[in-house]
Amino acid sequence: MSWTLALPEIVLAVAGLAILAGGVLPKRDTFFPASMAVVGALLLTAVLVIGQEEGTAFGGQYVSDSFSSFMKLLTILGGALGLLLALDWNEKEGLGRFEFSVLVLYATLGGMVMVSANDLMTTYLGLELLSLPLYVVAAFNRDDARSSEAGLKYFVLGALASGLLLYGASLIYGFAGSTNFDRLAEALSAGQQASPGLVVGIVFVIAALAFKVSAVPFHMWTPDVYEGAPTPVTAFFAMAPKVAAIALLARVLLGPFGDVAAQWQQIMLLVSMGSMVLGAFAAIGQRNIKRLMAYSSIGHVGYALMGVAVASDEGLRGLLVYMAIYILMNVGTFAVIVAMRRGGRAVEQVDDLAGLGRTDPGTAMWMAVFMFSMAGIPPLAGFFGKLYVFLAAVQGGFWVLATVGVLTSVVSAYYYLRIVKVMYFDQGVGALDRAPASLSVVMAGTGLFNLLFILWPAPILAAAGAAAAALLA
Amino acid sequence: MFVGAVFFPLLGATISGFFGRWIGSRAAQWSSVGCMVLAAVCGALAFAEVAMDSRPATVGLGTWIDVGGFELAWALRYDTLAAVMVAMVTLISTLIHLYSVGYMSHDATPPRFFAYLSLFTFMMLMLVTADNLAQLFFGWEGVGLASYLLIGYWYDRDSANAAAMKAFIVNRVGDFFFMLGVALVFLTFDSIDFSEIFAAVPQHTGDTFLGLNSIELIGVLLFLGACGKSAQLGLHTWLPDAMEGPTPVSALIHAATMVTAGVFLVCRMSPLMEFAPNALTLVTFVGASTALFAATIGCVQNDIKRIIAYSTCSQLGYMFFAAGVGAYQVAMFHLFTHAFFKALLFLGAGSVIHAMSDEQDIRRMGGIWSKIPVTYAVMWIGSLALAGIPFFAGYYSKDAILEAAFAAHSLVGGYAFICGILAAFLTAFYSWRLLILTFHGEPRADEHTMGHIHESPVVMLAPLLLLAVGAVLAGYLFYDFFVGEHEHAFWAGSIVNAAHNHIMHDMHEVPAWVPLAPTVVAVLGIALAYFLYMVAPGLPARLAAAVPALYRFLLNKWYFDELYDRIFVGPARRLAAVFWKIGDVRIIDGMPNGAASLAAGASRGAVRIQTGRVANYAFAMIIGLVFFVSLFMLGLR
Repeated sequence: MSWTLALPEIVLAVAGLAILAGGVLPKRDTFFPASMAVVGALLLTAVLVIGQEEGTAFGGQYVSDSFSSFMKLLTILGGALGLLLALDWNEKEGLGRFEFSVLVLYATLGGMVMVSANDLMTTYLGLELLSLPLYVVAAFNRDDARSSEAGLKYFVLGALASGLLLYGASLIYGFAGSTNFDRLAEALSAGQQASPGLVVGIVFVIAALAFKVSAVPFHMWTPDVYEGAPTPVTAFFAMAPKVAAIALLARVLLGPFGDVAAQWQQIMLLVSMGSMVLGAFAAIGQRNIKRLMAYSSIGHVGYALMGVAVASDEGLRGLLVYMAIYILMNVGTFAVIVAMRRGGRAVEQVDDLAGLGRTDPGTAMWMAVFMFSMAGIPPLAGFFGKLYVFLAAVQGGFWVLATVGVLTSVVSAYYYLRIVKVMYFDQGVGALDRAPASLSVVMAGTGLFNLLFILWPAPILAAAGAAAAALLA
Repeated sequence: MFVGAVFFPLLGATISGFFGRWIGSRAAQWSSVGCMVLAAVCGALAFAEVAMDSRPATVGLGTWIDVGGFELAWALRYDTLAAVMVAMVTLISTLIHLYSVGYMSHDATPPRFFAYLSLFTFMMLMLVTADNLAQLFFGWEGVGLASYLLIGYWYDRDSANAAAMKAFIVNRVGDFFFMLGVALVFLTFDSIDFSEIFAAVPQHTGDTFLGLNSIELIGVLLFLGACGKSAQLGLHTWLPDAMEGPTPVSALIHAATMVTAGVFLVCRMSPLMEFAPNALTLVTFVGASTALFAATIGCVQNDIKRIIAYSTCSQLGYMFFAAGVGAYQVAMFHLFTHAFFKALLFLGAGSVIHAMSDEQDIRRMGGIWSKIPVTYAVMWIGSLALAGIPFFAGYYSKDAILEAAFAAHSLVGGYAFICGILAAFLTAFYSWRLLILTFHGEPRADEHTMGHIHESPVVMLAPLLLLAVGAVLAGYLFYDFFVGEHEHAFWAGSIVNAAHNHIMHDMHEVPAWVPLAPTVVAVLGIALAYFLYMVAPGLPARLAAAVPALYRFLLNKWYFDELYDRIFVGPARRLAAVFWKIGDVRIIDGMPNGAASLAAGASRGAVRIQTGRVANYAFAMIIGLVFFVSLFMLGLR
């Protein structure tokens, strides 16, 4: 046991304090330098994560393995890209305050702690560290009623979810005698039958984490918050917290509760199917693209949770690949949404994209790539994400789950392709402003990833395979 | 040289088709003509080397299909049979390209026309040089496609579109049998390579398929395929309608190339056909019937191109029954000479139509011979050759065919001989009917048209004159090689007569009256036409009135189209209507439409839950939690 194992988190936390101190002192606006410093700190942390050794620390409360490394890298990627999207937007909206970048940093740190949690206490610590900055950034545009409302809603419901987690944790402690995942695993494998109290505790924990990943039926906050929050914040919401919460969900369920899988599997099946169905159908009627993306993210979480629900090696690998691909197509899509401005004012209706195919062919092309990828059309990356989870479901014998997945992805293709149709075939009211360079770079980079994933899938597949093996070993 | 003869036309088609827009219409036309000239030179050289010097060759172009032990190569098989076809096709096609430069000068999109024409030529060359049945099928379908494009070239005319579709669909019927034949060949011989098939035929003579002799069945199926391409009785209906295409197309497709593909196929498969006597009997019977049947129709048609089209149909019948009695060499000889004089007749007719301001009905012509003397002269030469008047090309080949039929000494051979003699009489009759009605008598066109009559430009006349030379000399020059004393050395094994088949010898030893008979009946036919249309021009109308049923029967082409309409087209349309109205509109469209409205409804429901009130959201969370806990607890029991 050694505290140096947690070096990435410690470095990031100290860097955050330093940036906070550095940002307060000068009189002038320091949003850009602070953001750059945060991105730098995140990059440094990523390097440290790659070099991190395996093991546990802090009396078994903190764990580091290939699974945590994989998920932490995704979390950091989500945080950094979310901040990049915000650079230009916040300046234009008058939100260029350096606290924003520090909040993103701490939210990311919270996500990393969640990923490495090996104890219910660490879990709660990480979850709160993640959530508190998120409440603030959701309401960051405090002069805008919708933004404030989004922040408040998220806070109230998030508090409820935190309460559920704590209640569940105390039940588990009461019936199993420990909060440590390793102890819990020993206790559960020794006992023949899990006691009802323990089971209720598990359900409460699942509910709290399902809230964070916005899975049905704990998704209700998502559309309102996604629509109300500033667009880059929405992008961030759809990435770092999701990755962290899904990682934690997978670790809790497949680790200590892996031996009682038969009992929670049914819940995860329902959650997964419900999310896929709702994500597919509710998005059809949406005109606001951020709201549409909210339902889309609910659907995607449903697909990812298929990997947890089948509770197998392949399933977990499918989940990891899915999350990696999801992050990269999501950030690209949000880059386009963040870039949507007409005459300097942000617009967010689907119809505002009309005619983009003629006025800005480059952006329209990338958007089309992302939409096709989201719809899961080969040969784009999104297809492979779905392929691996469906494959795992079929191999595990979960035919109903796989069938629902395929059918809902057909339905969801409708609204993704509708965006493409609007861009290329509808008459626009006027050209959108040119996308800033930073966003174009993000679009091109993630777009190329989506296009070229088919050529070099091996590194991601190998890393995901190793990570899955580490968790299930 | 071997490759060039086949691929120069493709080059021409590519230039004209894809780059015609950039290089301009004239450049496109002349570049495709230039490519054809190069191809014709290559074709002539190939003919000299392969056929005259007896040096057959096979040029490999690469592997086409290689799956699980089944290997197919692209290869050009140049034996005498192929070389004859290549030389003939490239030469005729070149002349027709040249003629088209003049004929299509008033057209809007000549590059497209030349691209199709060159593509067609390329496909035909692929067909004749094929080394295996699959490659032959490639060319076979290719000419089908190109003929569809060419017949429907004036796509803004309904009748042209209908004719193009008819040609394509009727050909597909034949193709279906052809494909079955190829499949059966593969099943029997485990290969579709010509050399391998031919080598293996003797071992497989006893094989059966579904209780029938395999070789016989293959012969019949391939012949039915050939019937479609070569417009034999039953599948001939597309050929007259195909006259909707521009006249050079008629000359190319319906004289020199596409329609001869069927005859070529039967000759190409001669090593196999020789072991299928019953299939050959069928070939003879259908060929002889077609020869007579088409000739009877030709006697009463009024469209100048249709008359020639039925004459083509009839002459193809001659070729088939020649092949049917085992005299493949004679069939090829007639194919060769026929190409010259039929192309000549079609192009001559085109020249007449051009002169008459696109009038095609011979009842509205007449009295124009002095205004277009060159056209008049070449039409005479073409008709003389077609009728088989001595020393013109048709005389040698048609005589040889009838001699072969007589020498077959079989029942069906006798039938073929009689049909052939009768058809020869009718051929001469309708040819002179056409000549007299078109060029002689009182002018029946209006003043305006008569004032415009002019001889065609040199670019059109030059091919006519060259073809006229061919129509005069082709028979005399090549008789010895194709069917005479050098026959055996000339064909060099590319056509096989089995050991029991002595027809090539017997045909020279028929009674003296047999060679004379065709000439005599031809002269009689000419005399009758002269009497009816020159001496007593009122008589034909009275004759038609005397036997109205027969006249209408012939005029309506034995009611074949009506019959097919009743039997196939009508029911197919009714069935299609049922599928469309119930199957497609109600079921196929209904399912997605219903699913879509269901999805829209579900979407509205899902959105309605989203009230925007935090209390509702929290309530939903708690309900979900309760639901899961109870599910869990119940699951434990």
